[in-house]
Amino acid sequence: MKTLRKIGSMALVGALSLGAGMAAADTIKIGVSYPTPTHAWAAGMNWHAEQAEKRLEQLYPDVDLILVNSPDPNTQASALEDLVSVHQIDALVVLPFESEPLTDPVLNVKQSGALITVVDRGLSQPGIEDIYVAGNNPELGRVSAEYMKGRLSDGDNIVVLRGIPTLIDNERFDAFMAEMDGSGVNILDHKHANWNRDDGFEVMQDFLSRFPDIDAVWAQDDDIAIGVVAALKQAGRDGDGMFVVGGAGMKETIKGIMDGDELVPVDVLYPPSMIATAMDVTVAAFKSNGPVAGRYILGATLITPENAASFYFPDSPF
Amino acid sequence: MTDLAKERGPKGYRMSIDYKTAGPAIALFILCLIGYLLNPAFLSEGNLSNLLTRSAFIGIIAVGATFVITAGGIDLSVGSMAAAISGVMIIIMNASLDMMGAGFATVILGAGCSILLGIGAGWINGALTTKGKIEAFIVTLGTMGIYRSLVTYFADGGTLSLDFAIRGIYRPVYYGSFLGLPIPVWVFILVAALGWFLMNRTSFGRYCTAIGSNESVAKYSAIKVDRVKTLTYVIQGLCVSLATIIYVPRLGSASSSTGVLWELEAIAAVIIGGTVLKGGYGRIGGTILGALILTTIGNILNFTDLISNYLNGTMQGLIIIVAVWLQRGDWGKSRTKQPE
Repeated sequence: MKTLRKIGSMALVGALSLGAGMAAADTIKIGVSYPTPTHAWAAGMNWHAEQAEKRLEQLYPDVDLILVNSPDPNTQASALEDLVSVHQIDALVVLPFESEPLTDPVLNVKQSGALITVVDRGLSQPGIEDIYVAGNNPELGRVSAEYMKGRLSDGDNIVVLRGIPTLIDNERFDAFMAEMDGSGVNILDHKHANWNRDDGFEVMQDFLSRFPDIDAVWAQDDDIAIGVVAALKQAGRDGDGMFVVGGAGMKETIKGIMDGDELVPVDVLYPPSMIATAMDVTVAAFKSNGPVAGRYILGATLITPENAASFYFPDSPF
Repeated sequence: MTDLAKERGPKGYRMSIDYKTAGPAIALFILCLIGYLLNPAFLSEGNLSNLLTRSAFIGIIAVGATFVITAGGIDLSVGSMAAAISGVMIIIMNASLDMMGAGFATVILGAGCSILLGIGAGWINGALTTKGKIEAFIVTLGTMGIYRSLVTYFADGGTLSLDFAIRGIYRPVYYGSFLGLPIPVWVFILVAALGWFLMNRTSFGRYCTAIGSNESVAKYSAIKVDRVKTLTYVIQGLCVSLATIIYVPRLGSASSSTGVLWELEAIAAVIIGGTVLKGGYGRIGGTILGALILTTIGNILNFTDLISNYLNGTMQGLIIIVAVWLQRGDWGKSRTKQPE
């Protein structure tokens, strides 16, 4: 019901903003294109994009943000064409589904004279985007390792659960291993848990059967961490200073950190709200008196009980 | 030679049947041996209990799939169906929390709804296949997409989480045990026993086999083909809902990544177990071994770092093919052809 109402209000807002766009000819039109949310992180991104849209349009009545999500690369390419031909956008904020197939469509938008902001996934040709906003995957691995080193000592054992075998996973993992190198902490083994709770649960169960002595777990991701925690509790091995480090910034995890959870005491940020940052910067390109073009690499902030409140969005789906 | 041929009469026939039964069992035994040699902790009580509990999901679904496949059908929608049912179960239980409080009644309400949904979803698949005269592959490919997107919609793209107040009561359904065996394993045993009885000791089981062998002949033999076929999908739906009931308390959540590829695992378990994909021959016992083999492969791969993580899929594929080859291949039989 809630969702239905939300869709209704979204349609209404859409219709209103369309009407407003037609009324004032010199509005700044900014298209925002990203993949249809099919998993929690993307749903969080969708939520933050909608929040940023409301906030920015209220702040600047002459700015019109048009949010479009697409279920696959082809549809996203068509959506980009529509943004140019139908809406005649002045700027585009795009989180490409895949780098390769969307490089040309984004280049076409640029040739129409629009300002281009690329989010998270880079294009396969350099120099197309004016603004680039992204999270920092290697830094996520490094910050996690730094925290691990701080809490563990020589001879302690950890296991690592990785994501889906992709470039993102490799960047995080390699940076983690590089930082851990020489710390004297043994990394017993690493297996892929595919950023998935069920896989996290099963892989951790097997690690627990296989290794009698584990002191900490790097789960890399909050979904995996949920599975890991369930497996630890099932085996009764969640005490004795055992801790799990995830990543991303899921609201349940952050709530746990605020409440002083000892099993998942920290989290490393890879925020879905980066789309909002990109929208802010893009609007600033039209409104600010300072230059904004450039690359914005967001920090992989370590979320602790002290700073958790500023990363907690209870209404976001993620 | 003549003596040999004589001896091979009825006895030889029985031998070859035993052989088919033994195939998956041999494969499972070899896998366990490999697991033990890699790491003795493989046979520890904790790991075996994990292994059996984990097999329960795919195993229970695969028992249902055995009926569908034996009757010449296929159901690709089971994984998505499990995800959608989990999602609706969680929504219903969370919603009834205000009215009914966190008690057994809430959990029973959730489980009851799950069973109704499973039967309903199975019936839709069955009716579209039989009354709608659409190929089962297409019908269930369609419902697979529908159920998967429904759970994404219900969860608003994110994850549906069961309220913590209910989790405490519901938790023992997955984590509890009875007489030393985890509850999911008991459910698995019960479903397997009922499935075996239905397949081998009732006319329904024989009808399934007959329809799978030759639908037209079955029709002329006064078997109500449409009804039996629809019932196989209803049984499949019921099995999915039972698997869901024991799945939800594990992590207390459902999302669009719940139950991904379960349909292929269930079908693989059925085929590894000796059931014929084109129908007409079904074996519940084999299906159970098939489910155990599939879970054991994953378990063993987590127990060793000898094989690159990137090659997990290769190992799984190889073992599935070898397990089926063990029972289908000619390697055990003598080269001489049996008398027709």
